Amino acid sequence: MKKVPGPIHGSTEGNNVMLLIPCPHCGLRDQTEFSYCGDATVTRPATPEDADDAAWIEYLYMRDNPKGPHDELWQHVHGCRQLLRVGRDVTNHEIKAEDPS
Amino acid sequence: MSLRLPTGGRIDRNRTLTFRFDGRTYHGYHGDTLASALLANGVKVVGRSFKYHRPRGIFGAGSEDPSALVRLGDGARAEPNTRATQVELYDGLVAYSQNNWPSLKWDISAALGLLSRFLPAGFYYKTFKWPGKFWPYYEHIIRHMAGMGEAPTDRDPDRYEKRHAHCDVLVIGGGATGLSAAKDAAAEGNDVWLVDEGIPEAPANVTVMARTTAFGKYDDGLYGLLQQSSSDQAANAPRQILWLLRAKRVVLASGAIERPLVFANNDRPGIMLTSAALRYLDSFAVRAGRRAVIVTNNDSAYEAARKLIDGGIEVAAIIDQRHMAERHEIAGCEVLNNHAVIDTAGRGGLRHVTIAPLDVNGDAVPQAERRIDCDLLCLSGGFTPSVHLYSQAGGKLAFRDDIQSLVPDTDVPGLEVVGAANGDDIAQASAAIALSHAPGKQFIDLQNDVTAADVALAAREGYRSVEHLKRYTTLGMGTDQGKTANLNGIAVLGRALDKPMADVGVTTYRPPYTPVTIGAFAGRDVGAFLAPTRRTPMQEWHEDNGAVFVPAGMWRRPHYYPSPGESPSDAVSREARMVRQGVGIVDVSTLGRIDLHGPDTAEFLNRVYINGFKTLAIGMCRYGVMLRDDGMIFDDGTVARMDEEHYIMTTTTANAGPVMAHLEHYLQVVWPELDVHLTSITDQWAVTAVAGPRARQLLENLDSDMEFANQALPFMGWRAGQIGGIPAQVYRISFSGELAYEVAVPAGHGQACWEMLLAAGKALDVIPYGTEALTTLRVEKGHFVMGPEADGRASADDIGLSGMLSKRKDFIGRRSLRLPALAPEGRLNLVGLLPVDGKTAIPPGALILDRATAAPEAEKAGHVATAVFSPNLDQPIATAMVINGRGRLGAQLWAHSPLDNRIVPVEVVHPVFIDPKGERLRA
Repeated sequence: MKKVPGPIHGSTEGNNVMLLIPCPHCGLRDQTEFSYCGDATVTRPATPEDADDAAWIEYLYMRDNPKGPHDELWQHVHGCRQLLRVGRDVTNHEIKAEDPS
Repeated sequence: MSLRLPTGGRIDRNRTLTFRFDGRTYHGYHGDTLASALLANGVKVVGRSFKYHRPRGIFGAGSEDPSALVRLGDGARAEPNTRATQVELYDGLVAYSQNNWPSLKWDISAALGLLSRFLPAGFYYKTFKWPGKFWPYYEHIIRHMAGMGEAPTDRDPDRYEKRHAHCDVLVIGGGATGLSAAKDAAAEGNDVWLVDEGIPEAPANVTVMARTTAFGKYDDGLYGLLQQSSSDQAANAPRQILWLLRAKRVVLASGAIERPLVFANNDRPGIMLTSAALRYLDSFAVRAGRRAVIVTNNDSAYEAARKLIDGGIEVAAIIDQRHMAERHEIAGCEVLNNHAVIDTAGRGGLRHVTIAPLDVNGDAVPQAERRIDCDLLCLSGGFTPSVHLYSQAGGKLAFRDDIQSLVPDTDVPGLEVVGAANGDDIAQASAAIALSHAPGKQFIDLQNDVTAADVALAAREGYRSVEHLKRYTTLGMGTDQGKTANLNGIAVLGRALDKPMADVGVTTYRPPYTPVTIGAFAGRDVGAFLAPTRRTPMQEWHEDNGAVFVPAGMWRRPHYYPSPGESPSDAVSREARMVRQGVGIVDVSTLGRIDLHGPDTAEFLNRVYINGFKTLAIGMCRYGVMLRDDGMIFDDGTVARMDEEHYIMTTTTANAGPVMAHLEHYLQVVWPELDVHLTSITDQWAVTAVAGPRARQLLENLDSDMEFANQALPFMGWRAGQIGGIPAQVYRISFSGELAYEVAVPAGHGQACWEMLLAAGKALDVIPYGTEALTTLRVEKGHFVMGPEADGRASADDIGLSGMLSKRKDFIGRRSLRLPALAPEGRLNLVGLLPVDGKTAIPPGALILDRATAAPEAEKAGHVATAVFSPNLDQPIATAMVINGRGRLGAQLWAHSPLDNRIVPVEVVHPVFIDPKGERLRA
């Protein structure tokens, strides 16, 4: 899975951002080619059998709903079918540059 | 002299148009709107109001008009609630007034006016809601009486389109400010679009969108534009086009809308905005009346008066509400300061107004009142900037006292508000006032019949927030979105609360600015064009051979193939019986097929399915069930091992896409170290299942290099070869519980293969069968399917598959099996049901109850999943999900269908009705 490269603006200058997602494999593409695949900050326990109930339930069901920047998984379903890690500000749809770490 | 002037206006006097309104024939000119043509013909009353059925006329000249709503056209093309002020006149136009019965002139519900003191603000909530069970009846009557126009019931015959566009600069509003902004932007080399509700001037190098409303600003800088066709357009042109436009920069030059003033009976036909009267004069050379009075609170009225006089309208008086030492002078016109209009008179059209001086408190002095005869009263209450799109874009508004209006206050990047929309060049005005002792209704919102008294009542009853006021009184909630009403509502509420207008607040502006037809949003995505239809390679054969189809996602699958004169249920029973007794073929090309390649494929499959896949040998298939990580069944299917590192997986029809995405997610995000490549190959193969005791005989009749004997191709084996020269794969897998094979050939050979199978089976009486017989066969065999039984809430154990759960490996969802919620006690189990009398059909979807009553004391014990008639057992059978069902075999329960209140006693049985040992499919 690749991270979306930055710096990224949807289309043009300023905040007049269209939800265009820069696919690292295919280039800048319209959101309608992608499908949202959930919160990218959730990590599946490496050995589920060793997770206690609380940790497993946290992974299955519990999600934060932060106002502002959010790390998300998007799949380029009508393109390369790769899953991407996309930083999106949920208040204004600005797609932010990713920390490469 | 006629109301139409001999010269002037943007009309073509050489093109006379004939139109009908309420059955009467009138004439107008090319360039008229329906409203200007009606005014030119002296038609004053054009409709009745929403709640009180009061006669209403033409109040405005554009999209701000709240009251001149008509039904346009007849039959399927009829369009209710159309603003007469925005309908371009064309030859043969037909329009009707609304909200009247039996006629516009003699409206029976106008008697409601006499009862109107029983219909105050919030009357819906107060009067009719109790007792609750009668509300539907009240609602029906109220909708009939107080409804808007009636929508046609036939399919809309017109064509609508949706288009996408991009530009550098979008200018909204084609007035002087907008035109100059468009010209400047074009001069800088930008790609400029100029949109206007009317027909603006067309500057060079600008894309001019006439008859186009920018109705909404949406996320991501998207603007919605609705373009109306012109009356001259070709008959086959789209009636409306919905543009989805993205611009780098937007200039909002939407101008300002004049406000009415508030006084008793301020809604009579003949009362209109001053700006509208000027517009009818300028653009259409129509005098809106012969003798006018202007009532005002600002200086703009005096310039307007001169223009009206120049246009041949006598202006009897200007009534200025302001306290001013000096009077303006206008020749031939009485000018009164510190006066107000306190009442109006005239049935079917204005006859005179009553005016009075105002005392120091701003109340009328009744002793000094007098009448002025007039047939036109022009309202000049100041101008409200049209900030709707700015507000939709997230801009915040601030109250400006000098113009008594809300104006843009914060920056919205990419959006510039200019001219009157920004509050520039607007005359100073005082606030609208409502008299405390008015001799009649003082309307604020003409469309929703909201009066000053309603606002005051709402304030007294505690609806002090402007958002609450709006919802309680419906102020500004009509199709005009309160363009002429909202500011006056705030003024009157402020006065009732003794608060300055700036502190009253403002409701949120939301799209659309003007109503948009559903047809425009749908565009051409209607009927068969709503979604693509997927066709299997054998679809044409099914169509040619009388199949009845059933939708399955985007597919249309053969449901059954009725013989001439055969009923649907007889056809299904025949097909299901023939498969058990002889042989049948069914098109299963819709099942998902995924090709898996790579050194880690076996390990990956082992993690994906609940059962083991590491021991699957080349040339063999295995049935597998996959879970989601929450432990619920996600899908099932078979996997065939093609080669050392090569497998082909099948999925259910509905989950072909989701399973692919699920596998990709785990490979890319969770286990990127696994080297597996996935390819969807559903569309590359045509697959036919051959099922029944004569299936092997049928295959042996084919011209093939493959052997089908039990030893050569055992149960769950697969072989590759050719059939009649076509490369083919034959999998010995069964869904029906019979001896069965699936024959897969490259998609292009699908129909040829299908026909070869039918030919090879001719002497064996082979039949094609559809999905309903397939369902009957799998229910007889006790197979669950995704959907009815495994509905996303069923675990493997619920379905009776705990024996498949591997104990030697981890797999997706395994950890969840230890969660308390999945403990077996109290969960729904898959069971079979038989009617106790052996005859009565079990209602599909019925509740399972623990006693023979639908009364509340009966406990719900589960639900019927799939119910069929089994021709092979000659009785109705069903699958059901029943609480602790496996522990209740032999028990009697009751299937209750609340739809028709049937209760059928049923016996809980093991879900496999036929061949529980599986001897047939291994035969």
